[in-house]
Amino acid sequence: MGSENFSTFLSVVDLRKSFGGVQALNGLSFTVESGTIKAVIGPNGAGKTTLFNVISGVFPPNTGSIAFDGESIEGKKAGEIARLGVSRTFQNVEVFGRMTVLENVMVGRHIQSRAGIISAGLKLPRMRREERQIREGARDYLKFVGLEHKAGELAGNLPLGEQKLLEIARALATEPKMLLLDEPAGGLNTRETEGLAALIHRILERGITVVLVEHDMNLVMDISDEIVVMNFGEKIAEGKPKEIKNDPVVIEAYLGEEVDYSDL
Amino acid sequence: MEKSNSKILFALIIFLALFPVVVLNVRAIGHYLDVMIFVGIYSLINLGLSLLMGYAGQISLGHAAFFGLGAYSSGILCTKLSLSPWLAMVAGVCLTALVAYIVGVPSLKLKGHYLAMATLGFGVIVYIFFNEEVALTGGPSGFSDIPGLTIFGLDLNNDLYYYILVWSLVLLTLVFSLNVINSRIGRALRSLHDSEVAANAMGVETSRFKVIIFVLSGAYASIAGSLYTHYVGFLSPSSFDLFLSIKLVMMVVVGGMHNIWGALLGTWLLTFLGNEWLHVFRDFDILVYGAVLLAIVMFLPEGLVGLTPKMRWLWKRS
Amino acid sequence: MERISLIGQLTQYLFTGITVGSIYALVAVGFNIIYNVTEIINFAQGEFVMLGGLIMVFFTAVAKLPLPVAFILTIAAVTGVGALMERFTINPLKNATVLTMIIVTIAVSILFKGIAMFVWGKDPYIIPPFSGSEPIFILGAAIQTQTIWVLLITAVVVVLLTLFFKKTRYGKAMLACADDPEAARLVGIRVNIMVLISFALSAAIGAVAGAIITPISLMEYDRGALLALKGFGAAVMGGLGSFYGAVVAGIFLGIIESLCAGFVSSGYKDAVALLLLLLVLYIRPSGLFGNVEASKIKEF
Ligand SMILES: Nc1ncnc2c1ncn2[C@@H]1O[C@H](COP(=O)(O)OP(=O)(O)OP(=O)(O)O)[C@@H](O)[C@H]1O
Ligand SMILES: [Mg+2]
Repeated sequence: MGSENFSTFLSVVDLRKSFGGVQALNGLSFTVESGTIKAVIGPNGAGKTTLFNVISGVFPPNTGSIAFDGESIEGKKAGEIARLGVSRTFQNVEVFGRMTVLENVMVGRHIQSRAGIISAGLKLPRMRREERQIREGARDYLKFVGLEHKAGELAGNLPLGEQKLLEIARALATEPKMLLLDEPAGGLNTRETEGLAALIHRILERGITVVLVEHDMNLVMDISDEIVVMNFGEKIAEGKPKEIKNDPVVIEAYLGEEVDYSDL
Repeated sequence: MEKSNSKILFALIIFLALFPVVVLNVRAIGHYLDVMIFVGIYSLINLGLSLLMGYAGQISLGHAAFFGLGAYSSGILCTKLSLSPWLAMVAGVCLTALVAYIVGVPSLKLKGHYLAMATLGFGVIVYIFFNEEVALTGGPSGFSDIPGLTIFGLDLNNDLYYYILVWSLVLLTLVFSLNVINSRIGRALRSLHDSEVAANAMGVETSRFKVIIFVLSGAYASIAGSLYTHYVGFLSPSSFDLFLSIKLVMMVVVGGMHNIWGALLGTWLLTFLGNEWLHVFRDFDILVYGAVLLAIVMFLPEGLVGLTPKMRWLWKRS
Repeated sequence: MERISLIGQLTQYLFTGITVGSIYALVAVGFNIIYNVTEIINFAQGEFVMLGGLIMVFFTAVAKLPLPVAFILTIAAVTGVGALMERFTINPLKNATVLTMIIVTIAVSILFKGIAMFVWGKDPYIIPPFSGSEPIFILGAAIQTQTIWVLLITAVVVVLLTLFFKKTRYGKAMLACADDPEAARLVGIRVNIMVLISFALSAAIGAVAGAIITPISLMEYDRGALLALKGFGAAVMGGLGSFYGAVVAGIFLGIIESLCAGFVSSGYKDAVALLLLLLVLYIRPSGLFGNVEASKIKEF
């Protein structure tokens, strides 16, 4: 199909989520085209992470619908959504600190493997074969993000930048169709951020659609195809990087937030 | 299995093989074989508890109940229905696993303190049941004359044979557990312990695995209960009370709950302490238990196995 | 022997239920105070009651002190125990996991139990009721005078606590900690001290419960665990963290248990209370009263 490249892959309609009195998502709608990078930006507390949490099934939305790859996924459990091909990273890194780097990625292979408790406990041949595949697959993903030399280290001992890369490798190991990256450049230095941009491009080349939440405006403007700007749980603007850069509403939202001024 | 595990396993087997040889030839400690049988029985429970606490991150303060269900199933089926002990053991495992499943599904939805209290409550309910169902269980005074085990006509009613039987089962269970730990299931469990939200995002079926491990640990405890019954030949509810549940958790914690070897070490140490070395304290062993447990959680949160890296370091330096 | 009418029986059971229920309520309130400030469930909460009872026995029967003096000294002693517990076991363990906290408080409870057995042995003790031992007859039921004391003192404790949390600086500061510890820290409340107070206060309430119930139900070293379990049951039924919920649920639990003991089977009365706890945990972990959303908001 020729139009495959530009079909709507993810569509979020009128999403609402509140915590007590806080309206974290307030009627948010947008779509993501297959094979593109969409950035979601906005001041602190705008609801970006909440958006990711709702899409990836950490908690259900109050109302609204989410369609992914032609299937409605709102309210489904995180595991189901992962199996459908959505994977993610976390703003406050959530690596498995007491497991090795390789093991972290091997957990990423979980949904691509079968062995049950009996075959695992008895080490049936079927299970041994599968275990070998998991290990090799995991190594490939570590190589992809450039962490193969750290395979044996405890993930908790890695510096923040490498933990973020590890989360990406782990997410990729699930073989997702769409990857949600929550502030992957947070805490990275300039050189690391450049490496990250290249990595995101290589992810895209694998045919994986990327949704990116990020405060580093240079990175966002550089690599995104389209940008959604959020504030107070609502969409205040959407468009190509160039349009967003000059949008008065966006500048206003950011100027109102002193902390983020430097990011622009 | 990882290399370090195979080494420790090998060392353990050597120790287990030499233990009776030494002990049976030194009169003063001849009865250590008997103590070691109890160590084996409790180890069986604690292998499961260690999987549950150390790997699935879930606490159970009700495992004495599963131990008791296994014990009473064997006792009752063998005496009242004259069933073969081995069949009774299997029946006990099935019953216990079923109960563990029924209790586990709703309980494991609860977190932390709630789960602790729910399992505690469950344990006490089962204990009350053992006390009150006099017709079935003999009530507080229990019942005796439970036959011993035989295998292919060989009477196992002998400390050495029973020692071999119990520890063979422990070793099999240990290998099975180690295999589980080093499989995708073990990784899934450990991941869940470090970050539940990330584990979920990777498609780890959190609740399913918690229940599976809970049921598995219940089954281990049930087998231990059957072995206990046939060894002691006598049952009363006081062997399955709340304090036993707490002691089991304590053994796992003292040894080191994030490490299956720790569970074995803790079981060995506390059983010998309780059955042998603390006899001078008689009833006041509980005081010592409390102090030991408190000291360990406060100052050695990784348990005794947490000392090994430090010792290795000292060793290298000297 | 004269047969007691059904009404008389019912009244009897109700009074018994309300009496034990008051104790559960006090234990539940103790749980809540610590939980609200620290999010810890103190498994040693029942041990405070046990210590309260046995120390009261010491001050009245052994030291032969007058009742009010003994009562106050008992509370003071157990309060000290609670404070020491916090300083030596809770305070040093900042950032411990829930599992560790559970095990620590369990370890402390075993220790208290062990100490109590060491000091008092395994036998139960009793002390005479606070005033006259002649029962009062209501609707054909014989009500012990101590029952009146239990209800009265429980009511006083509830009123005093309400005043404490509504009117005093420390009480309000503790409320603030319960609400949002970070914010409390920012406005200059010393959370550290509030945690200490919460343990001391819980211990004091436990001591009161122990001292007033011992004339009715005796006291021995190993009573703590079951009291803690049922008190926790009451706390959960009332919605963990909710002060009045705990009081109502405690009394409710006491009545259910007493009715069950009277009409069904006394052997299973504990099991029924625990079954109720499990059902609430499974079906409505937010408590029987309030809704789920409200139960997340901590209050005293
Ligand atoms: N689990 C939660 N419970 C309660 N409130 C929450 C929760 N998650 C988010 N919030 C609130 O919802 C609002 C949106 O938060 P969110 O984390 O989505 O913002 P964000 O856009 O990701 O901000 P940042 O750029 O700082 O990461 C905030 O006011 C936050 O306090
Ligand atoms: Mg965020």
